[in-house]
Amino acid sequence: MNYELVIGLETHVELSTESKIFCSCGGHSAANEPNDCVCPACSGMPGMLPIMNKHVVELAVTAGLMLNCEINRYTTFDKKNYYYPDLPCAYQITQLNHPICTNGCVTLKTSAGTRDIRIKQIHMEEDAGKLVHGGKYSYVDFNRTSVPLIEIVTQPDFRSAEEVVTYLNKLKSMFRSGGISECEEGAMRCDVNISVRPEGSEEFGVRTEIKNMSSFEAIEKAIRYEAQRHMDALEFETEELVQETRRYDDASGKTMAMRNKETEADYRYFPDANLMPIIIDDEWLEEIKANKPAAVDEKAEDYRLAGISDKEIDMLISNQKISKLLDDIVAMGANPKDGAAWILTDCAGILRKDGKTLNDLVITAEKLYAVIRMVDNGDINRNAGKKILIAVVEQDVDPIAYCKEQGLDKKFDASAIEAVIDKAIAENPQSVADFKGGKVKALQALFGACMKELKGAGDPAMIKTLLEEKLK
Amino acid sequence: MNYYKTKIADGNIAVDDMILVKDAEASAGSKMLTGFKPLFSAEAVTRLENKGYKIAGKTNVGEFGLDLLGEFSYGAEAEGTLKGAAAEAVASGEVKAALAVDMNGAARRAAAISGIDFLKPTYGTVSRYGVISCAASGEQIGVYAQNASGVKEIMDVIAGHDEKDGTSLKNESYDYSFHSVSGKKVAIIKELVEKADDETKKRINAFADALRAQGVTIEEISFDVFAVVNTAWQILMTAETCNNISRYDGVKFGHRAKEYKNIDELYVNSRTEGFNFLTKAVIMYGSDVLSKNRYEACYDKSLKVRRVMAEKFEELMKQYDAVLMPAASQTAYEAYDIHEAFGKVFNESIFTALANLIGVPALISGGVQLMGKHFSEGLLLSLADSVERKGE
Repeated sequence: MNYELVIGLETHVELSTESKIFCSCGGHSAANEPNDCVCPACSGMPGMLPIMNKHVVELAVTAGLMLNCEINRYTTFDKKNYYYPDLPCAYQITQLNHPICTNGCVTLKTSAGTRDIRIKQIHMEEDAGKLVHGGKYSYVDFNRTSVPLIEIVTQPDFRSAEEVVTYLNKLKSMFRSGGISECEEGAMRCDVNISVRPEGSEEFGVRTEIKNMSSFEAIEKAIRYEAQRHMDALEFETEELVQETRRYDDASGKTMAMRNKETEADYRYFPDANLMPIIIDDEWLEEIKANKPAAVDEKAEDYRLAGISDKEIDMLISNQKISKLLDDIVAMGANPKDGAAWILTDCAGILRKDGKTLNDLVITAEKLYAVIRMVDNGDINRNAGKKILIAVVEQDVDPIAYCKEQGLDKKFDASAIEAVIDKAIAENPQSVADFKGGKVKALQALFGACMKELKGAGDPAMIKTLLEEKLK
Repeated sequence: MNYYKTKIADGNIAVDDMILVKDAEASAGSKMLTGFKPLFSAEAVTRLENKGYKIAGKTNVGEFGLDLLGEFSYGAEAEGTLKGAAAEAVASGEVKAALAVDMNGAARRAAAISGIDFLKPTYGTVSRYGVISCAASGEQIGVYAQNASGVKEIMDVIAGHDEKDGTSLKNESYDYSFHSVSGKKVAIIKELVEKADDETKKRINAFADALRAQGVTIEEISFDVFAVVNTAWQILMTAETCNNISRYDGVKFGHRAKEYKNIDELYVNSRTEGFNFLTKAVIMYGSDVLSKNRYEACYDKSLKVRRVMAEKFEELMKQYDAVLMPAASQTAYEAYDIHEAFGKVFNESIFTALANLIGVPALISGGVQLMGKHFSEGLLLSLADSVERKGE
């Protein structure tokens, strides 16, 4: 049976603010030693009250705008209760009932085509500290405590590991360019909800959650492992699937159960009375929109994801004609990064010699793509491609005809033809002997063998000349 | 009586042990916080010190302020007739005034019994920065003094916006000046008077007569909301307290059990040893009302009650300027067993809960209680002042 993978993602992203979410301590990246960036507030001492960092709200709203969310004008904080030594207050301040952003959407481009991933919500929360285990004792480090996070929750819209990785790369790229997060190692952490169902089925299968992964590679591997485990369970009844939380072990490449439903904690969420509801009025929202970095263009993101450099992206984004040319050749089948190099390096170089710029470029997408395709197919080498491009740019010639005319196609290339001739000579010793014995007609047989090898594409005169020379 | 948990200096202000004074041990009356020395002072304390007042010491409180009158303070359990330590320090003339956290009635009951004044101001007027927080949504620092003008003097210093408290209102200062009370209308709440003993009823009548003498109109009315109000506040108070004191876990500071084999035992043993029976009852009650199955029926419902009661009281305050009622059912309490504490406090806080639930001010004077709408402190103080000065 064919199965369909259904995945939903919860992604925690550490925000690039100067201070923590509810106090004025610097972020943990500023810390050298454990408990360097700690004050009475973020270490849970009595008497301190949380004071909202306005910049956190602004970055969360910016992220929501990038992910096409509705920005909720009334947003509140809740407390989530659980005991753990790295959580100094024994509760985490997060958002449950009125998250800051809801109902967004991200469009992904993958090998399977264009896919829309719905964003359920984005909420703000504080991070926990960490435990350091050593010798007889475990130690707590509160540097990371109260570092601001946003959690982005998707609907179960992913259908493959590839889509998940594409999505995460897109978030990373967007958030970096938008100044929302540096997305460094560990600053982006994912919980993956995964289930498998028979293809065509509307019902969801049994769902498992893989917690707290930060490497994209591990996420991809974990999804593939877990999907296979689910499919094996369904297909061969290897085990009974249960709804549970699992963790991924990188060393073994396997996921394993952490805790099951029965023992799952009741977090006793309730509103945080110390933090007044935040009201985002029109004026503030407009201000945030106005400050949203210009580079967070959807198109720039696509270019960046394709591996095009920031400098090249700037050139493309600032010149609509050029970016359209690139989009057109990409639509025809060109590789975006490669296409960008043909335009921004090669075409620009040709024009520069005549004191012109890319604004003066006159070339159709069809002609440019014809050149690129010849190179990509291996018909001509890159240098030959450049020669053709010069003629196209300067004289608007037809690239294929010009290639033939100039003998740039490998089929017209002396060295390529020589190889064919050598092969024909080696494979027809009798004809060679006959020719050397004076039978001129034997040359015709060798010529025929070459033409057959070249599928009739060679230049007959050239082949004959070369063949005669070889046999001398 | 020994008022102080920690004596600091020869000063004129006492501060109860729920409020932080830099470097002075702050135990909140609990074994759990024994030895805890704060790195900073409460905003109210700092403001007083900046105006030249001197903190005399930290007065004993019942563990986390949860009991009737401070009787279950770790290491200073009361015997015989109960008195509130901060209130007594003021009543005896030891200090001019005292700061105390008003959360579940203990501070107001103590003032009523001692016969001094205590103002629990409108929620958000005095910074909660430096309060060992329990019930964040309704607790507020209040002021004990010999009389209304003594309360006003301290309120003029400590009230006003503080950026270190997100619930602090934006007003930089408040006008607590006294005005003529002639022509004002005050309602006596029948249902609460009926719950009080004869001595308390006498005090209510005497206070009402004194007000009449100042030209105030007094009417007895029925306003039968207090059972619901009290239940709602006990739910919010226990839930918030349970949550706020969960940070006292033996990991970072305060009491840690000597015996434990793993982190769960460290938590359980430290907290079992560190909290008294009443605190444990509050934790159990608070955990229960926040649990998934009970949240909607308990906590969420209480938030709705809070909104509805705020509207109802505002409606009432369109007809009257203030209400007059007892602050407690008795004028004296004897020491009792801690296992009875949860029920006793629950029953007594019916008189005090409204001000905590909806954030309105309450003033104790002459052993009785006045409440008014938000920001009516000036009027409440004027009413008390007019009674206190009669004959002058």
